[in-house]
Amino acid sequence: MFQIYCPYCEELREEEEFHPKGQAHIVRPANPEACSDEEWGDYLFFRDNPRGIHHELWVHAVGCRKFFNVTRHTVSYAILETYKIGEQPSVTAEPAVSESTTSTDDVRQGVRA
Amino acid sequence: MSESALSRVNLFDSRADHASVAVESPLAYSWQRSGAPAPSAASRVVLREQTFLGHLILRGGAIVLDEALREVLDIGLPGRPNTLSWDVSGERSIQWLSPDEWLLIVPGGEAFAVERRLRERLADASFAIVDVSGGQTLLTLEGEAVPELLMKSVVYDVDPSHFPVGKGVNTVFAKATVIVRRSGETRWELVVRRSFADYCYRWLLDAGEEYAIGVER
Ligand SMILES: [Zn+2]
Repeated sequence: MFQIYCPYCEELREEEEFHPKGQAHIVRPANPEACSDEEWGDYLFFRDNPRGIHHELWVHAVGCRKFFNVTRHTVSYAILETYKIGEQPSVTAEPAVSESTTSTDDVRQGVRA
Repeated sequence: MSESALSRVNLFDSRADHASVAVESPLAYSWQRSGAPAPSAASRVVLREQTFLGHLILRGGAIVLDEALREVLDIGLPGRPNTLSWDVSGERSIQWLSPDEWLLIVPGGEAFAVERRLRERLADASFAIVDVSGGQTLLTLEGEAVPELLMKSVVYDVDPSHFPVGKGVNTVFAKATVIVRRSGETRWELVVRRSFADYCYRWLLDAGEEYAIGVER
């Protein structure tokens, strides 16, 4: 059982009902005509691949069929928050070592394992 | 109401030839192919297809749709996620599917008139109404073993304590998707897509065997 909180259905739902859709908060260049090839290529094809906090777009494919955002830790796979389209994440940095069990040591061990 | 707003959509009565053209429910094939075990005294689940109801998808802002629906059918739009409500007669229901999408189910033959009146009432508001009556069908499951049957079939938690009367969700059913609704203490409903109807029906017969499932026709 792995459940994800849908901010539109306002409840935890089975992971089977969702699909990930890649990196979130990608802003389309305001004036594509004025972009260099490199800027446009970056926008179209290049995505972040961080170790740690990552903001992603998911869709509640079988439920309400709405897209929403997920802040996920790419090492522990922990979902730290979900929030609606148009909202900004509240978790943007690694929790301090003293505050959480996901300390830097744990993270490193997770990588080694 | 401006005529222009109505003339922009191609509104037609999909049941106009009902008297002269034979209609078949999505389960017509299943009745022939898989049969229908008669309910007995031992049946702890009884299945029945509510054939040829009118299914309308309403999309738009909750406030304008709520006002129109109250005026046309005297039902309030459910604003809370995953809930549904009925009119006084219990024959018409409206269910939340998404923040801007609701499923309205009305008795057979009413969909055209209801759609027309809603369109007239909504006029130039930003909305969409789609008649999906031909694309899905409503099954009712009645009996004390229905939650047990559903627990084997859907990923959603259908324990009656977590799934009160008036709740409805879109979820995974076996390898298909259905809408699960609870309309009474021991009465549940499934909205099944036409193309999955036979699969879902046979799944229900198989999963319901241990509860001596019966089918009323
Ligand atoms: Zn949802």
